Amino acid sequence: MPTDGLTLDALTLTQGDFSLSADLTVPEGQTIAVMGPSGGGKSTLLSGIAGFLSPTSGRILWNGQDITPAAPAQRPVTMLFQEHNLFPHLTLAQNVGLALGPSLKHAASPKVADALSRVGLETLGPRRPAEVSGGQRSRAALARILLAGKPLVLMDEPFAALGPGLKQDMLALVDETLRAAGRTLLMVTHDPADARAIADQVIVVEESRALPPTPTAELLDNPPPGLASYLGTSARARSSS
Amino acid sequence: MRTILATGLSFAATAAMAQTPELTIYTYDSFVTDYGPGPVIEENFEATCGCDLTFEAFGDGAALLSRLRLEGDSTDADIILGLDTNLTAEAADTGLFAPHGIETPALDIPIPWTDPLFLPYDWGYFAFMGDASIEAPTSFRELADSDIQVVIEDPRSSTPGLGLVYWVEAAYGDEAPAIWEALADNILTVTPGWSEAYGLFTEGEADAALSYNTSEAYHLVAEGDDTKVAWPFEEGHYMQVEVAGKLASTDVPELADDFLAFMLTDGFQGPIPETNWMFPVVMPEGGLGEGWQSLVEPETALLYSPEEAQARREEAIETWRTALSQ
Amino acid sequence: MAHRALPVGPGVAASLAVLAFVLVPLGAVALRAGGAGMPSPGDWAAFRFTLWQAALSALISCALAVPVARALMRRRFPGRALFISLIGAPFILPVIVAVFGLVAIFGRNGWLNAALGPLGLPPLSIYGAHGVILAHVFFNLPLATRMLLSGFASIPGEHWRLAEALNLPRFRFLEWPMLRDRLPGAFLLIFLICLTSFAVALTLGGGPRATTLELAIYQALRFDYDLGKAALMAAAQCAVCLAALALARRVALAPVAAPGLGLPPRLPSGPLWLDALVIAAAGAFLLLPLAAVVTSGLAGIAELPPTIWRAALRSLIVALSATALSMALALLMARTGGRLAEVASALPLAASSLVTGTGIFLILFRLIRPEALALPATIAVNAVIALPFAYRILRPALQQAEMNYGRLADQLGLAGLARWRLMLAPLARGPIGFAAGLIGAMAMGDLGVIALFASQEQQTLPLAMSRAMGAYRMEEAAGAGLLLVIMAFGLFWIFDRGGRDAN
Repeated sequence: MPTDGLTLDALTLTQGDFSLSADLTVPEGQTIAVMGPSGGGKSTLLSGIAGFLSPTSGRILWNGQDITPAAPAQRPVTMLFQEHNLFPHLTLAQNVGLALGPSLKHAASPKVADALSRVGLETLGPRRPAEVSGGQRSRAALARILLAGKPLVLMDEPFAALGPGLKQDMLALVDETLRAAGRTLLMVTHDPADARAIADQVIVVEESRALPPTPTAELLDNPPPGLASYLGTSARARSSS
Repeated sequence: MRTILATGLSFAATAAMAQTPELTIYTYDSFVTDYGPGPVIEENFEATCGCDLTFEAFGDGAALLSRLRLEGDSTDADIILGLDTNLTAEAADTGLFAPHGIETPALDIPIPWTDPLFLPYDWGYFAFMGDASIEAPTSFRELADSDIQVVIEDPRSSTPGLGLVYWVEAAYGDEAPAIWEALADNILTVTPGWSEAYGLFTEGEADAALSYNTSEAYHLVAEGDDTKVAWPFEEGHYMQVEVAGKLASTDVPELADDFLAFMLTDGFQGPIPETNWMFPVVMPEGGLGEGWQSLVEPETALLYSPEEAQARREEAIETWRTALSQ
Repeated sequence: MAHRALPVGPGVAASLAVLAFVLVPLGAVALRAGGAGMPSPGDWAAFRFTLWQAALSALISCALAVPVARALMRRRFPGRALFISLIGAPFILPVIVAVFGLVAIFGRNGWLNAALGPLGLPPLSIYGAHGVILAHVFFNLPLATRMLLSGFASIPGEHWRLAEALNLPRFRFLEWPMLRDRLPGAFLLIFLICLTSFAVALTLGGGPRATTLELAIYQALRFDYDLGKAALMAAAQCAVCLAALALARRVALAPVAAPGLGLPPRLPSGPLWLDALVIAAAGAFLLLPLAAVVTSGLAGIAELPPTIWRAALRSLIVALSATALSMALALLMARTGGRLAEVASALPLAASSLVTGTGIFLILFRLIRPEALALPATIAVNAVIALPFAYRILRPALQQAEMNYGRLADQLGLAGLARWRLMLAPLARGPIGFAAGLIGAMAMGDLGVIALFASQEQQTLPLAMSRAMGAYRMEEAAGAGLLLVIMAFGLFWIFDRGGRDAN
């Protein structure tokens, strides 16, 4: 068993009636797309890795170290959610500063200014989330992730609410910041184009199982039946909307 | 535990008054207000007793008795002041009171006084206080036959309310249920206490409220208002005699005796009429002031003995409740 | 780690403390009596009347709140926010003040009958069971309206637009599901509030037919010294409360929320005149008695003696202390009280404050001088009485905050005080301000247990007012009543405003 990266060792996650099993390894520094039909367990998988959901059995390891009992903040993991990534009552700088610790005084730290400038928000630090655009909010959330410095980053369709142009920009930004910094990325997406654009490998989650990662091109060029029907459906759904 | 707490809380006071005996009197609310008799009586008694007199107030006479029963013989009170004769039998039954030891005091009240435990300090007649502009009924029957709307107090929560029930009972005996039934359509509403009833009357909501005949003196003397008058009823009026008694558990028995004796002198009786708005039990030297002369003296004074009041209470209230519940 | 249920912790201890605060004094009273007393036929009548009037009051309050809240939701007019604040006032009005205000309008010689007379209409009487219900609706319609307004505000704007786009009947598809969700809880809450009515029922009830359990308790405790019966009646009230909660186990007691000032998108709605009529009628019903209180108090308020002002200061201290205590308990219970907090936060609604006060007295008077107990006991009782409202305001707000931002906070390691400071308090600032204002105002106006303990030096404003009335000083009492209303409403306004400035 390789000790580098993320290992899910005979992991079972249960949420109500739903249960998901995973037994796989993600090498450090890889970017992984997590794909599969809705309700297949993609969000459950990420919740388990982030520590919001305790597994019913199995272990989660990072570089060989068992992190299963650790609280979310104690894990080498950070997560970008679909929404609610920023506290509405705090400025962007204060929000980003929370990556350094539970105090608002970090907002004035040069590290926060640096993180904001790396996502193109040099001047917007004193604004509140409601006072900036959706794309700018996503950038601010990304700045916080950058500053947090955790090696494993989970993204649960973080840019789904943005338009196609903005989404491309954000993916590019992720590519040139997080990926370039050597972080390991697990990103839930419905769009094969996203996967092709950024992912080294794909984890398919279907029928209560998370399958081990497969190289992106190989998988998408020749998808297994379950994924094929899902991709077809999702393509039809997109074209009709 | 108690000693530690009490010491902690009143250390300063105790130190300052180590030499001064303390007399604690439990009474009802209106006795201790700024315009009530409490402050001036405290001043008058403290001028002669070399003691510190404290009044503690709890609602009305009935609440006072309940409070005493809750505390039992560990009460801080030395004297209870503010029960009326409708409550003294129950108060005596508690066994908490000691005889006052004053031989047949000379009292200016319409009834003989023989109670060994309780001494009266003021008295009055229950009466309806009505608007002077309407023709006053002269009896319960006439009231019942009229369109007049009165407010009364609930006998289950108020001493005047209980007094009214005894009044009807004493005046009419077996006919009391019929009188209540006839009165039902004249009773605008029944309030928990005297304040609400009297407030509804003074606000102009009701034509009259059950109060005391001395209320008329209050309006004349304190407000120069002659539009509110007591209605004299020919069947007579039920009395309220307010009393005080010494507790057996007092740690200052002589001081308590001194106070009871003082209670029948001008220092206490003088302020009573125009602070408590009741008749004094011993006429003060200057007599009653302006405004009191016009009060009508009822021809018949009705009053049950404490024992009789106690014995009749439950049934009288039930009569009232049944008649008014129909 | 699961976020389905809130974590359990110090809130359980707070819940247990509140339960003990209600039940232990009750037990102490029963113990002193040597057991429970026997009910008389009159008591059974009182029991039936209590349930009946509470149910009817709750039903009518809820039924009337529907058109009022709908009209207020649909219409925008200048002063709308102020209007919504003002019509909330009856709920925080001291009972005796409110009764006199109602009588001034609806009484035999009130404004309404003065208006009916010249029209040749027969006079209306407020006295009787209908008067009791009228008063209870007056107190609780504002509460029900607020609950429904917040319900309307919770319907997302997109749903309104979607219903419009699809041409769906909005009432059936949007409003009705919300009403079906909120009304049962609102009904239950108001039912429980009306269960312990005393002065209202007695003064406006017209006679012994309108006797409630709380009066029977008062009689047993203060007049007959029948502690066993008082304990029995108080236990019956608690039992009704628990039975109602059990019966309605699927119905959570409704959350109480700050008025939903946010508006749904502009809607084509019913006829304007109808909404205008509903708003005007509700305004008249709720505000005219308030106007009467102000009118009758103006003469007296200028000449209030110093004792009244000192009492007012004491009341302010009591109100602020009760607010602090109640908020602390409610926040802990709402966050970590679990299931137990649901029961613990409902029981005080049905508790007889007279029995609680007497029980506290019985337990403590041998240890502490009653005078030393007066203010602390008043603060504690008021804090517990207001707790059900605070809990219902705060719990949904904290739940919402946890649901939306809990995982973010977990990830950032915001725990303990930092979580309160950086996340929960700012996110729930509006409801916290509203709850604090409500508790403060309720505590300010409550006569409650202070009368059991207080000496002249410790009287609060409501007690000073009641004592002034008892000494013929009706004008002074009216002045004190107005001062009380101004202070209660002022306190409410300041807290509520403080909470809203965040947005």
